[in-house]
Amino acid sequence: MSETLTAPSAAATLAEPIIELRGVSKRFSKTLDFAGRIARRLGANLREEVVHAVDGVDLTIRKGEVVGLVGESGCGKSTLGRMVAGIMPASEGTILWRGRDLTSLNAAEAREAKLRTQMIFQDPYASLNPRLKVQEIVGEAPQFHGMAKRGEIESYVDEQLRRAGLDPALKRRYPHQFSGGQRQRIGIARALAVQPEFLVCDEAVAALDVSIQAQILNLFMKLRRELDLTYLFISHDLGVVEHLSDRVVIMYLGRVVEEAPAEEVFRRPNHPYTKALLAEVPRIEARKRAFAGVKGEIPSPLNPPSGCHFHPRCPFAFDRCRIERPALQQVGAGHRSACHLNDAA
Amino acid sequence: MSAPTLEVRNLRTHFFTRAGVVKAVDDVSFTVEAGKVMGLVGESGSGKTVTGFSILGLVDPPGRIAGGQILFKGRDLATLPEAEMRGLRGNRIAMIFQDPMMTLNPVLRIDTQMIETVLAHAKVSREEARQRARDALGQVGIPSPDERLKAYPHQFSGGMRQRVAIAIALLHKPDVIVADEPTTALDVTIQGQILAEAQKLCAQFGTALVWITHDLSVVAGLADDIAVMYAGKVVESGPVTQVLDAPLHPYTLGLIGSVPSRNKRGEPLRQIPGMTPSLLNLPAGCAFRSRCPRAEPGCAEPPPFAEYRPGQHARCIHPHQEAVAA
Repeated sequence: MSETLTAPSAAATLAEPIIELRGVSKRFSKTLDFAGRIARRLGANLREEVVHAVDGVDLTIRKGEVVGLVGESGCGKSTLGRMVAGIMPASEGTILWRGRDLTSLNAAEAREAKLRTQMIFQDPYASLNPRLKVQEIVGEAPQFHGMAKRGEIESYVDEQLRRAGLDPALKRRYPHQFSGGQRQRIGIARALAVQPEFLVCDEAVAALDVSIQAQILNLFMKLRRELDLTYLFISHDLGVVEHLSDRVVIMYLGRVVEEAPAEEVFRRPNHPYTKALLAEVPRIEARKRAFAGVKGEIPSPLNPPSGCHFHPRCPFAFDRCRIERPALQQVGAGHRSACHLNDAA
Repeated sequence: MSAPTLEVRNLRTHFFTRAGVVKAVDDVSFTVEAGKVMGLVGESGSGKTVTGFSILGLVDPPGRIAGGQILFKGRDLATLPEAEMRGLRGNRIAMIFQDPMMTLNPVLRIDTQMIETVLAHAKVSREEARQRARDALGQVGIPSPDERLKAYPHQFSGGMRQRVAIAIALLHKPDVIVADEPTTALDVTIQGQILAEAQKLCAQFGTALVWITHDLSVVAGLADDIAVMYAGKVVESGPVTQVLDAPLHPYTLGLIGSVPSRNKRGEPLRQIPGMTPSLLNLPAGCAFRSRCPRAEPGCAEPPPFAEYRPGQHARCIHPHQEAVAA
């Protein structure tokens, strides 16, 4: 089993990047309403609130890789996933698709790039149109994009459903007639129907029961082997990410704090936040342990702390951490971390 | 030895709906001693939350407790008149819900809600009540409790709200706390903080804690004993180490195999085929048999809840008694 695991990751270091992010940021601003604008004109000290959801992120995903993106709520992991999937434009920075800037592609190429990247969402209840039958949900896109002829669409849909582990006999049913796990399979069949090479899974198993979650995780691994897929797997669950990923990227308040091959992150975490996160993960192997808890709250992304975002909660913070933003630096083979402690040592 | 703090015996809570009788809880038994943590584990629809609600006497029609006993220090809560139950609820027995907004009233300040809770059960002055509220907030690690008392629930983060809910549950230093998935909605680092509080609490006040969760990894680190529920029944119970290291019931084994963990990286997870059955038309006999790899004709008969190892019970006629690597 370990062979199938190491082979693609070794190849992945050589494979061409499928997507590259360079200094990508995303800002959301809340514009003032009418009353606010009048108040400002009258001299009130009101400003538009700006959230830096993603703040200067560099990320490369190579063909055949499974990259796990981990972070707590509000860290910008979903926003990053949406920008990678091309659903949302970046406010700043460039996103390269196979080495070419997404914004420089012509219409046909841009459509091709979007088609090759598909997304699987967290909530299988909200991401399926309740008024469409399963065969329409799965069959609509491939028919539109000419991947299956009108006469062949039935058998094409059957094949997609079978691949996602669903009985094609159920294709005339509506989404509400399925359980959560089955709906997630419909979402997967829909994504696979347009023959993507890159899947962005945003908390794709978070809403499922443990036994169903295991079924879907196994399905993701099977599909990866069969279809040579590349994944960006976004999750707050370190156990799931550790199980699935070749490489892990940890985010905190819009920034990447650490990035390394999966085994390296779990064996030799470098950033204090990663260490704290790993220490707090409940593990089934651990019995009757003392929980400690990282002190403090996750700060609001509306008003993040200066310098290193983690410094108010970090037990090792010193003066420099409050002033200067640490850069992502190489600390080992393929292992980068953004912490001033690495300079001090 | 005196009676345990909480003893649930053959509890049955059924919902009498138009479509039929839903046996949400059907023969559940467990015991929690003072200062101990009981982990009640199950997937959605297994009846774990209804068990918690039954203990607090919070089951609404069409549901009702159809049988069994809930012994709190020897008194049966299942047959207690509502007036007496009100004296216990929030006082000697408290509950923490998954969503703290279920506990907190969004239009009242925290101090109003906490003082109200104190005065409901204790004859003290308002000032004394405020002092107790303040102390409780401090206990769960809320900084500057005096100022925070004057805030509204929406001004708190999710983790802070859950702390306030825990502080309210703590106000009367109850003997039993039923916690229903209190950390499921929280982030990992905040969950760690809440689990630390829960541990401190049991050690300090000798509170008996019933921790309801779907997450085996959480109970593995927290609980002393564990009861695994499936389709309204406890299918296995016992000390946490025994149940997790040497599970008897095939469902427990399947559940443990489903959890991604360190030593199984990259390998396919051992999955349980199929899905949880609807509680409306449960087949007779073992409810798990359609998904069970060891099912045999004898499983069509209801299996007894038998003790296979000291303290470890299972509802199965062919348990994994040989050592199985989970």
